[in-house]
Amino acid sequence: MLRPGLDKIITMIEIKNLHKSFADNKVLDGLSLKITEGTTCVIIGRSGCGKSVLLKHIEGILRPENGEVFIDGKEVGKLKGVDLNALRMRMGMVFQGGALFDSLNVAGNVGFGLIEHKHLPEKEVFERVKDSLALVGLRGIEEKMPSELSGGMKKRVALARAICIKPEIILYDEPTTGVDPITADSINELIRSLHDKLKVTSIVVTHDMRSAYKIGDKIAMLYDGKIIAEGSPEEIQNSKNPYVYQFINGLAKGPITEN
Amino acid sequence: MISQLLIKLGSKVMALLYFCGGLSNLAFQGFYLGFTPPFKTGRIIEQAKKTGIDSFPIVSLIALFIGFIFALQTAYFMQRIGSELYIASLVALSVVRELGPVITALVVAGRVGAAITAELGSMQVTEQIDALETLGTNPVKYLVVPRFIALSFMLPLLTIYADAIGIFGSYLICVFKLGISSAMYMRVTFEALLFKDLFTGLFKTIFFGMIIAFVSCYEGFNVEGGAEGVGKATRHSVVTSFILIIAADCFFTALFYFIFP
Ligand SMILES: Nc1ncnc2c1ncn2[C@@H]1O[C@H](COP(=O)(O)OP(=O)(O)OP(=O)(O)O)[C@@H](O)[C@H]1O
Ligand SMILES: [Mg+2]
Repeated sequence: MLRPGLDKIITMIEIKNLHKSFADNKVLDGLSLKITEGTTCVIIGRSGCGKSVLLKHIEGILRPENGEVFIDGKEVGKLKGVDLNALRMRMGMVFQGGALFDSLNVAGNVGFGLIEHKHLPEKEVFERVKDSLALVGLRGIEEKMPSELSGGMKKRVALARAICIKPEIILYDEPTTGVDPITADSINELIRSLHDKLKVTSIVVTHDMRSAYKIGDKIAMLYDGKIIAEGSPEEIQNSKNPYVYQFINGLAKGPITEN
Repeated sequence: MISQLLIKLGSKVMALLYFCGGLSNLAFQGFYLGFTPPFKTGRIIEQAKKTGIDSFPIVSLIALFIGFIFALQTAYFMQRIGSELYIASLVALSVVRELGPVITALVVAGRVGAAITAELGSMQVTEQIDALETLGTNPVKYLVVPRFIALSFMLPLLTIYADAIGIFGSYLICVFKLGISSAMYMRVTFEALLFKDLFTGLFKTIFFGMIIAFVSCYEGFNVEGGAEGVGKATRHSVVTSFILIIAADCFFTALFYFIFP
């Protein structure tokens, strides 16, 4: 799928045969996935199936046991030090729990990447922080500490922190979980507009199928350590795969719960 | 039964080796990153304040009591042999060479080391350390380096201060309780102290500072399993720091005994 402004189809993120276990808990077992530049891929799957673990491999926080992750042609697992940090500054990640730095205030959190790496004047950093917060619908909380925020606000500040460095790739781990439906929809709109206007490549992990259909160019389902189905929202919606059918319709009975 | 015991022993030894490997790896990285730019002096000063300046009250209190206690305990014997005057030199030497450095290090390990482990540990369990990495920031550079530099600077300073307070405590007892004249006490104290006493006492505290910093950061980074894990790591961190400080002290004492006879 070609977006206006992108004249070639380039694979931005490629995961090949990824394996990962913790002790004897096999989490990823030969997972492969390709994501085209400028598109949004939604990952769905049951709780505990390894979605967050997958995102951490893409960021290079976890190292694969086997297999590779390529970002823009570079293998993440082989990068170190300065190169890895340079690549990470092209990516933003919204953690499932927010992961805000609780020793810094909201402005310090959102502007962290800029303050540490881009040598911008203080005023410009502050402007960008304000803009990023405005994008997620927050105003006038720059001086607050993370402990003074509600759960949904934390999530949005985390989102603002990820977009503040203007990344080319954004990984969202359940960005709309735990926020009210109106905010959730505005977050979806934001993801959509980053995609349309800035051609950001995104991966969104979500349990909310309505959001998934709305924001995804592609939906991939993770089950048993592999991607068992991927396709456009319509293809997934009309999928004959019994696992996909059970999941997207939220049925208690089906092949997923039988094993 | 015996094989079970051996397996248990084996896993303990493995855990110990793993710990030593991890700790020296962290120390190595800390040194390397500590000496490569960019240098963030602001964060070092912030940590120096948190770890050092804020420890002055508790160190004062403890050093003062140690001074009192030590003067009284030595007085017991010195009075028997009728040489009260030498309480001053005995106190000066033991405080400057041994008690000041070690007591200060143990107090700081308990107060600051535990706090560092708890802070870094909760950052670990809430994925803040991962978040640092995703923002292109090396957690060792950002978190460990300022703490290690601050502690290895502040611990010698705190020790000098503790030495002075400890000697002052003993001075109070000797002058007001045992009737030694103030001038006499001062003269005997300064006669007893040589430069090498001060040097050997302070030199090792730089290493004590590093031990506290690296052990507490290492334990914090390796927390597993939520709030309970943070508690466990904190306990571990303090105990390990204590053991390593005493072991290092023993090593340095032996070393200096042969270098500066
Ligand atoms: N650091 C870790 N150490 C040990 N096990 C881990 C670790 N991180 C994840 N796991 C395990 O990996 C599995 C997948 O975890 P993950 O967090 O990726 O699930 P998830 O798909 O994101 O679930 P959810 O939708 O609930 O967030 C779980 O069984 C979890 O216990
Ligand atoms: Mg998750």
